[in-house]
Amino acid sequence: MNFMMWRLRLGVLAIALRSVRHHFLSSAITVLSVALASGLVMAVFAINTQTYNAFTGGPIGFDAVVGARGSQLQLVLNTVFHLETSPGNIPWDLYSGLESNPAVELAIPYAVGDNYEGFRIVGTTEEMFTRFEYQEGRRFQPQSGGRIFDSTQREAVIGSFVSERTGLVAGSQFTPYHGLIYDRQQQHDEEYTVTGVLEPTNSPSDRVVWIPIDGVFRMPGHVLRGAGGVYRAEEGIEIPDEYKEVSAVMLKLRSPQAGFMLDQAINRQGQAATLAWPIAHVMAELFEKIGWVVRILELVAYLVVAVAACSILASIYNTINERRREFAILRSLGARKSTVFSAIVLEASTIAALGVVWGYAIYGAILYGASIVVRAQTGVVLDIFRWDPILLVAPAAIVALGALAGIVPAFKAYSTDVATNLSPTT
Amino acid sequence: MEILEVTDLEKTYRSPDGEDHRVIDVPRFSMAAGEHMALRGASGSGKTTFLNLIAGILEPDGGDVTIDGQKISAMPENLRDRCRAANMGYVFQTFNLLQGYTALENVLLGMMFGPGADAARARLLLERVGLGNRMNYRPRQLSVGQQQRVAVARALANRPKIVLADEPTGNLDQALAAEAIRLIRGVCDENGAALLVVSHAPEVLEVFGRVEWLGDINRATRSRTVSGPRVASQ
Ligand SMILES: Nc1ncnc2c1ncn2[C@@H]1O[C@H](COP(=O)(O)OP(=O)(O)OP(=O)(O)O)[C@@H](O)[C@H]1O
Ligand SMILES: [Mg+2]
Repeated sequence: MNFMMWRLRLGVLAIALRSVRHHFLSSAITVLSVALASGLVMAVFAINTQTYNAFTGGPIGFDAVVGARGSQLQLVLNTVFHLETSPGNIPWDLYSGLESNPAVELAIPYAVGDNYEGFRIVGTTEEMFTRFEYQEGRRFQPQSGGRIFDSTQREAVIGSFVSERTGLVAGSQFTPYHGLIYDRQQQHDEEYTVTGVLEPTNSPSDRVVWIPIDGVFRMPGHVLRGAGGVYRAEEGIEIPDEYKEVSAVMLKLRSPQAGFMLDQAINRQGQAATLAWPIAHVMAELFEKIGWVVRILELVAYLVVAVAACSILASIYNTINERRREFAILRSLGARKSTVFSAIVLEASTIAALGVVWGYAIYGAILYGASIVVRAQTGVVLDIFRWDPILLVAPAAIVALGALAGIVPAFKAYSTDVATNLSPTT
Repeated sequence: MEILEVTDLEKTYRSPDGEDHRVIDVPRFSMAAGEHMALRGASGSGKTTFLNLIAGILEPDGGDVTIDGQKISAMPENLRDRCRAANMGYVFQTFNLLQGYTALENVLLGMMFGPGADAARARLLLERVGLGNRMNYRPRQLSVGQQQRVAVARALANRPKIVLADEPTGNLDQALAAEAIRLIRGVCDENGAALLVVSHAPEVLEVFGRVEWLGDINRATRSRTVSGPRVASQ
């Protein structure tokens, strides 16, 4: 491209920008609609990717879960994501058996039944903090000034989100509420002391109140049916293992073979329990099942993009008639037909480009809103600044589509007859 | 050498009642390089049509227009646009300024499609037409005479080989008209450009060595009655 051509391009750009400015209101509205479309598309894809990753590959840390006979999905949601209700209990000896199983690297019991202001209280062992790694090399760690609970005391360690919402901090005392759903009437009598708030993990675990598993057994009003009959724990008396029961056992396996082995033993031959394994696979199945929701959201986003492209087309098309004289004058000054054509296509692309720039603001706003909801509901934290290829692909595609939309009015401008449009009356 | 040659040029319009109406029928017309001439004719006799044909804005029904050896009438539209930008300056009867742009920008846009924008030259020309203090005014903010002078500056900006001016002083008073025509002629002379001016104004016509009636060169119009006395050529 020689210098003259470059100057010509500048001229074309000047014409395009002038028109965008001249038709400020309609340009601004069109830019806004493009911004909404671009932001929406990016948000739908990014939220889907981030939630998918969080629920299938995120900080899960466990390979498998064993729980009451039933749905693997419910088991996983209940334990790994602390959502939904517990499908039932399994006897303590299943836990002991797994713990001593050489194929199992780590087995941690998980017992639910109470909540504090809607945040579930989970009974577990110290190993949850001392041995379990939710990510390679990362453990649940009390923030400075805190420590993990003493298994023999009425102590609790709470997730960062719980602390943020309830105001509980290390040293605070609280009284649990019975059940998984918060009901003021259902308050227990026992008081627990918070010994530590965990460092944020940006995972569902941030929404959990952890207490020693014995505390769940001994919570007044709880009954243990591990041995068939009803057993009530009493102060100061050791609970015999045969009466104990847990909601689930979280497992870290030594090898994939261990998973096949346990699957065979628990799911195929056994009758008492269900093994959910591998967890990522169970969750991926869930996403496959709800995939149509995502498809519909994507479709809606695409439709919004189509509407935005049409509005670019219409807004410019409407100006062409009033600008015919301008085109004729430009042509009479030596502007080529193709110059007029490219000025209009450039105008459309400029509007689209301005739109996608603002689209990032819309994207940020949507993700911010969504992350508040998703975090409150699941503990998963969406990252507004997480890189996703869609953040480049969608804007690029929309600008291209904008240019394409400009072709229709550009052609109308292109076909303007110079002589008949030169006189001021037309 | 001839800068402009017209042979057997024909243009026919269809009138609103469907009849064909021949406006231009010029067997021969030419201008030498650097030559200045004035063209006069009755209103509606086809002067603007003739200039538009020369400029390649209108397509003739027959005949040829040759600019500096290039047959513009045989060119496709794209090349005609380029040829016009490269060789011609045109002061339109209706000025044809771009409303959304300032006086300076109007001149610059005219240059953009030719040899390229040259802000210093654009300013200089506007100063020479007396608009040094109106460069950033839009056409709407200018008087009609001022707009006309912007159109003159724009037409001269590209150092064209031939300047067509359609009543370039129609809205100027006598003194200004004489001044404007002196300027146009001066710039044309600086660049060795030919000048074809359509005008009826005596103060314009009197400075041209060659003044022709359109009726004398155009067989489609044979009237010289409407526009006052004929000024004899010297
Ligand atoms: N697009 C058109 N369709 C039909 N007739 C036209 C068209 N343009 C011009 N004419 C006719 O052609 C004739 C010549 O018009 P033109 O504009 O060339 O006249 P002119 O000599 O420049 O007149 P004036 O001195 O008033 O500017 C007029 O009679 C006009 O009615
Ligand atoms: Mg005319």
